[in-house]
Amino acid sequence: MSMAYEITAGFMPLFDSAVLVAAGEMGFAIREGIELKLHRETSWANIRDRIAIGHFDVAHMLGPMPLACSLGLTPLASETIVPFSLGLGGNCVTVSNAVWDGMAAHGAAPDLDPAHAGAALGALIREREGAGREPLRFAVVHPHSGHNYELRYWLAACGVDPTRDIEIVIVPPPFMADAMAAGRIDGYCVGEPWNSASVAAGTGRIVTVKALLWRNSPEKVLGVRKAWAEENPDALAALLRALHHSARWCQDPANRGALAALMARPTFLGQPEAIQMPALTGRLQVGGGAERRVEDFFLPFDKAANFPWKSHALWFYTQMVRWGQLPHTPQNLAIARDCYRPDLYRSALKPLGVALPGANAKVEGALKVATPVGSAGASLLLGPDGFFDGQIFDPDRIDAYIAGQKRA
Amino acid sequence: MSAGSLTILVIDENRIRASIIEAGLRDAGHRHVTVVHDVAGIARRIAEVEPDVIVIDLENPNRDMLENMFQLSRAVKRPIAMFVDRSDQASIEAAVDAGVSAYVVDGLKKERIKPILDMAISRFNAFSRMARELEEARSELENRKVIDRAKGILMKSRGLSEEAAYALLRKTAMNQNRKIADIAQSLVTAAGLLGPPEGE
Repeated sequence: MSMAYEITAGFMPLFDSAVLVAAGEMGFAIREGIELKLHRETSWANIRDRIAIGHFDVAHMLGPMPLACSLGLTPLASETIVPFSLGLGGNCVTVSNAVWDGMAAHGAAPDLDPAHAGAALGALIREREGAGREPLRFAVVHPHSGHNYELRYWLAACGVDPTRDIEIVIVPPPFMADAMAAGRIDGYCVGEPWNSASVAAGTGRIVTVKALLWRNSPEKVLGVRKAWAEENPDALAALLRALHHSARWCQDPANRGALAALMARPTFLGQPEAIQMPALTGRLQVGGGAERRVEDFFLPFDKAANFPWKSHALWFYTQMVRWGQLPHTPQNLAIARDCYRPDLYRSALKPLGVALPGANAKVEGALKVATPVGSAGASLLLGPDGFFDGQIFDPDRIDAYIAGQKRA
Repeated sequence: MSAGSLTILVIDENRIRASIIEAGLRDAGHRHVTVVHDVAGIARRIAEVEPDVIVIDLENPNRDMLENMFQLSRAVKRPIAMFVDRSDQASIEAAVDAGVSAYVVDGLKKERIKPILDMAISRFNAFSRMARELEEARSELENRKVIDRAKGILMKSRGLSEEAAYALLRKTAMNQNRKIADIAQSLVTAAGLLGPPEGE
């Protein structure tokens, strides 16, 4: 049977490509008349290049990456839009055993609490500085990544200047654990399973998680070449419906075993099923035999996880400005505002009669508890969506937010 | 300035391909060519070499790290940008298709770099072709071996001549719309399961 649409998608071997992978492999794409061709890539730069020249129509991308592309921050960038988010949360900050010992000496406990862990790390950094030692070196996966921004946000809120007090380098996710075991880095922020990998090897400790730094916060998205989206609106809408069904399937605890088995295949994540379970269950081995359960650790579907909130894109934009990646101008702000496309999400999913958020943006950090929101028909729970330091990001007051940001 | 005055760094974990690129650059008159197979300590190497042009294979998972370093690192004294500019869509596509990318220090004239990228593209393509042909030759050899074994089994068990054994394999393959080598492989597998060890 020939399909109505043929769509080529790039992805990186990370657990949070699951929604895209399952759409192709579990029949959700075919049911929407799509032949979804999945291509595993080796770097985000390759994904960006292949989207730009048309090898890929859509791709698994870091949340800030389509913004960076549209704002011209990277070479060979092309206008890229986000009509669908591939999930919330999923990252951790992991440090070496030596750094953990130093943090523990300053009062850190294996509770994943960002404020406690940050205070202890800050004390260790000042102690090392006083002793004239080299600054600690942390790794993130990409300069335009949620990992980079959340690591910096966390440290800055705990009194550590991430541009001066530590060094931040880029390391590909699968190499993080090895780089730390070899002593080339002292800590890192990355998605699962690459934190659990260090804990399992006995070479690192998980000290905090994205889901506690900023509850229900954006991570990977579906990046779509804008020109392709404009030429193929029906194919895109069909794909978004397939991804919606796939995301619901990925969230269902009954499918955890099947999803882990799918992702374990060498063409996808290629990692053992057991090491994927922390991401699926939120039960993390944090090191030293301690297990912690994290609410909403990674959400592929629940809490409107797939809705491309403009407030998420705009928060990424404020961090690009904060860390000197681009100037805050009305033109740049307008580009950032237009990059995430809740209108496309809504129009694609409307025929399904599912619950949809009524607004395009929300005040991030305003929801202290899970809150039902009014929308078409069925009920929908959002949040909580708080930052660990109690800050609120109101996208309508972006100038004030940017002006109030400190480096440490 | 002659072509040879540019300093070129080739980063490729595939040693054979890297040496093909290096040979091509030297043939074109470039005298300052450095080849690196391992990105560990790459920042120091770049600081030592001070390249005008960096050629990297797209399979390298460290591209994100390298791009970030080109833009930010103190080790790189001059900012390095991706060579292929937006206006040159054909070059971009040819490079990505071939699996190579190139970065240059800002301000270098396009005309000086284009021949280097073109050379890298053609050498990458030549390498892929060579690897493909090698793979085809290898599988051809394997096929011939298995067909010979299948013929031997038929000659022994059914008392056929070599030509008749081959004709039977071919006819079966045509009837089943499969390759002769596949039929031969099935026969060899089945004979191994059913009969006394064949060929001993």
